[in-house]
Amino acid sequence: MERVAVIGVGQTKYEQGKRDTFHELVFDVAGKALADAGMTIKDVDNIVSISSDFWDGRTISSMAIQDAAGAFGKDITTVEGDGTFGVLYGMMRILSGSFGVCLVVAHHKGTESNMNGITNTCFDPLLERRLGLDALSSAALQARRYMAVSGAMPRQFALVSVKNHGNAKNNPFAMLPMDITVEDVMNSPMLADPLKKLDCSPVTDGAAALILAAEREAKKLVTNKKRVWLLGVGHCTDAYRLGDRDLADTRALKKAAKKAYSMAGVDPWDIDMAEVYDAFSYMEPLWLEGLGFCDDGKGVEYLERGTFDMDGKLPVNPSGGRLSANPVQVAGLAEVIECVLQLRGTAGKRQVKGAEKALAQGINGMCGQSHCVWVLGK
Amino acid sequence: MADWKDQVEEIVFPGKISVPYFWTVGSTLSKWYVQMRDDGEIWGNRCPECGKVYVPPKIKCIDCYQDMNDWVKLPGTGTVETYTVVRYHEPTLHPKKPPFVYGVIKMDGADTGMVHFIDGVKPDKVKVGMRVEAVMAKERSGNILDIKHFRPIP
Repeated sequence: MERVAVIGVGQTKYEQGKRDTFHELVFDVAGKALADAGMTIKDVDNIVSISSDFWDGRTISSMAIQDAAGAFGKDITTVEGDGTFGVLYGMMRILSGSFGVCLVVAHHKGTESNMNGITNTCFDPLLERRLGLDALSSAALQARRYMAVSGAMPRQFALVSVKNHGNAKNNPFAMLPMDITVEDVMNSPMLADPLKKLDCSPVTDGAAALILAAEREAKKLVTNKKRVWLLGVGHCTDAYRLGDRDLADTRALKKAAKKAYSMAGVDPWDIDMAEVYDAFSYMEPLWLEGLGFCDDGKGVEYLERGTFDMDGKLPVNPSGGRLSANPVQVAGLAEVIECVLQLRGTAGKRQVKGAEKALAQGINGMCGQSHCVWVLGK
Repeated sequence: MADWKDQVEEIVFPGKISVPYFWTVGSTLSKWYVQMRDDGEIWGNRCPECGKVYVPPKIKCIDCYQDMNDWVKLPGTGTVETYTVVRYHEPTLHPKKPPFVYGVIKMDGADTGMVHFIDGVKPDKVKVGMRVEAVMAKERSGNILDIKHFRPIP
């Protein structure tokens, strides 16, 4: 099978209250990714635009950002959901043989709308939507279930916030670099037991873009230093209704990870750094278990031992994670970009030395209903 | 940035999308809601292949992909599998004022969890594993709020 490479990346600083329009954000990051690859929009033959109808406030299938993405007159398509799934679609378009170079671009402005209101629309209008559930309250149900099954405690989840906000200090794109303690997390306002404010990712604005190229194009367009290969990917979905799943069981993630590792020909212990979807603190250890980095229920023990610290065996979320910036839909693309920068050896102060293989994991739906796992390599 | 951009008075349009919908509930959930509304009873349905009982009922078993024609009356009691005490307020979303409790209840006779409110108990007294029973609303109109909430079994 032909290989696909990431050959250019670009992202905005993630922050609240950006005054740029979606067009301006997309134009900004598309231009940065093209400049990074040393190419022009003429070299791009198709575009995948990632966003959400409700967050945009318009149907994204109308391709309203087409001109900003340089897509007028070209084949542009959309993905509603996390950026990791947009990369999957971009890669599949290239592997179909129909395309050679794909611009994948995501935009999001959480501050223009209401996170709870929008995530409430994830729920079935025939059933649970009337109860008023949203991303935060359903995550709290998952966190408590995870505690009941594994024995993990909120103080241990707090370690994720401490670590990731600390990592963000080395990432100029992150929104919330902070020196905080477990006590700070525990004393932050309780929103939905056991989740406190500092267990939750912030409402964020931003955009990100990357350029995918078929091997033949990648070798023509950029030097070896810029190329990072998509080695493996896996995607799997669990039940829609929360009650049809065991919220502490990561069976969909396990399947997605297995597919990604198998396609890449690697084992979890071959991975040098990982970006996982910590929309809420407890998610990091839960997803790390599903990804096979530790046994089920042992995530927080490894966390306490420092395994996932920058100087640990497997640095997790060197970017600062979603806890430090969570532009929904963009977030997974930012994870893949972080992996690219790490593998190129250009991640600055947060560089994981000698990183050869990296992993990014994105989610869609409530409580990690769907997972997309990427393995990238030099 | 071009100089003129610094000088512009930027405008923000407040907006709202309100579009009416008429969602067809379908035969399976309609039957379920009518049983709750008219008889105050909670039913589940069973997969003919694996025997798993779903509540709320499903059109197809998610594991076996089988039609679900076998209905089972449930006693309305169950066990709290997980819960959260909601302390933030979203007046347009939440039918209750915080603090209030959401739970996933594993109902007796069923294999899936039901997400609903837990009430009739102080929020800080709710525990995983607590035995609860459904309290039906007095006025029922054929939706999920026909179950008022679950309360601890004394």
